[in-house]
Amino acid sequence: MLLCGSAVLATLGLIVYELVLRSGPSWHAFGFKFFAGHDWDPVNEHFGALPFVYGTLVSSFLALLIAVPLSVGVAVFTTEMCPKALRGPLSFFVELLAAIPSVVYGLWAIFVLVPILSNYVEPFLSRTLGWTGFFVGPPYGISMLAAGIILAIMIIPIISSITREVLMVVPQHQREAALALGATRWEMIRVGVLRNARAGIMGGIILGLGRALGETMAVTMVIGNRPEIAKSLFAPGYTMASVLANEFSEATGDVYLSALIEIGLALFLVTIVVNALARLLVWTVTRGQPSRANA
Amino acid sequence: MPKAIHSSALHAVPPIALRRRIADHVMTGVAMLTVILVLAPLIAIFAYLVYRGVGSINWAFLTQTPKPVGEAGGGMANAIVGSAFILSLASLLGVPVGVGAGIYLAEYGRNRFGDVIRFTADVLNGVPSIVIGIVAYAIVVLTQKHFSALAGGVALAIMMIPTITRTTEEMLLLVPQALREAAYGLGIPRWRTTLSITLRTATSGVITGIMLAFARVAGETAPLLFTAFGNQFWNLKVNEPTAALPLQIFNYAISPYDEWHRQAWAGALVLIVLIVTAVAAVRFAVRRGTFGAA
Repeated sequence: MLLCGSAVLATLGLIVYELVLRSGPSWHAFGFKFFAGHDWDPVNEHFGALPFVYGTLVSSFLALLIAVPLSVGVAVFTTEMCPKALRGPLSFFVELLAAIPSVVYGLWAIFVLVPILSNYVEPFLSRTLGWTGFFVGPPYGISMLAAGIILAIMIIPIISSITREVLMVVPQHQREAALALGATRWEMIRVGVLRNARAGIMGGIILGLGRALGETMAVTMVIGNRPEIAKSLFAPGYTMASVLANEFSEATGDVYLSALIEIGLALFLVTIVVNALARLLVWTVTRGQPSRANA
Repeated sequence: MPKAIHSSALHAVPPIALRRRIADHVMTGVAMLTVILVLAPLIAIFAYLVYRGVGSINWAFLTQTPKPVGEAGGGMANAIVGSAFILSLASLLGVPVGVGAGIYLAEYGRNRFGDVIRFTADVLNGVPSIVIGIVAYAIVVLTQKHFSALAGGVALAIMMIPTITRTTEEMLLLVPQALREAAYGLGIPRWRTTLSITLRTATSGVITGIMLAFARVAGETAPLLFTAFGNQFWNLKVNEPTAALPLQIFNYAISPYDEWHRQAWAGALVLIVLIVTAVAAVRFAVRRGTFGAA
């Protein structure tokens, strides 16, 4: 049994070892400039990963922007407002969202979400908000915006189930005290519940961010896969995970492969930090009880 | 609140300001709106999936291998079987390790080292699946020099382990301490108690954890892209590239052919029916099972 326990540890060690070892050639060739360069030129073996880093960050940030208010709203509704009979089915449906494989999200996004975006949403946004510079250019649908939206749909179950968990451990006295002081229900939620659960909700949000950063298939299918940095959200982009999905099995040459593995290593390190942070935050709130939110 | 009490209390307590009451109603409305906004895509996805999927699924889809581009017909039978094959390999590798680690954490892991493993498992759970694909590629594909079902199985096994570990631990901890003590009292050694009493009692819970892990990796595509790789033909050899349902859906979805899009939807429907059945069965079993109250 100790052996099996150690195997878990060894697996993580193996992941680190392999990634560091295999990304060596690229690291020696480019150093830190790898993450500052714009060029992605496999033919001349010149690699810069900045467009991918940019795409990953922007699409994840966009997803959080959409998903956080929605998931906190759902969590508040299921724990504080809705009738008891609805609670079970509602959380079941939201959890069902988490069970849909990412490739099916991608499939739906290609054939339903993208046409809706290009026919209705993007023309509307460019008419009303075009002056900001974020919503300009031809509305193809396949875009950073599409990636952000599909990511948001995918991380809502994670954030909302953890928020729900955290809201449920807020002591009942807090609610009763607020109500006894004459607070309305919303004031009770704001002062008595949400304020107490801040750290845990933050943990849930960061866990959602971790998932968004590493999400591959759905994003690859709608983001357009062009290594460019554009201000407009209608422009296609590329993420770190997508470039791995698209180019890894076709990478010829050691430096090319190693450059891709270095991107994988960077992705790995970022998600490790993000997840560790989130776990610590959630743990401080639920006091180390094992969480099943991710199962 | 009954109206009578409210009006009699009116003299003692000043009424709540209109602004605050409006804020209360508005925020309730906002919360309901978020629920609708979240459920809408879920319903849209399922409805569209069933609409496109049911229309495309037929006997040929379930029994034939893919036809070349331009020819109508054909199916994903080899991908369905391939997925089952890769998933069995993954379970074979992942389940013993995961359950073992869970037993260690629950029965022997109340110490610093246990905490380290617990934390490692949680972190491992958050590693992007594509990165795990790279590692399986580096370990298996580079040593074998070709893509294989085994590499896919290794990748999925690595993804199953943390989930199984944590749920097994959780389920074993729910077994009453008195049961263990009763066993010790009868002179049964610790390892025997763990296997025949504790694990036995928690069986349904442990199986739940395994099914959840299974459902989670069944739809994974990213780690299979450059491990199992995909195959247009039948394959049940561990050392050969193998088709998998999620891979096939991905390849067909990004292709420009209508016929392939149709099959992608059918494949997605088959995949989701399998996964949702597994998840629903688990929920049902948990509610009815040994730990219904938990």
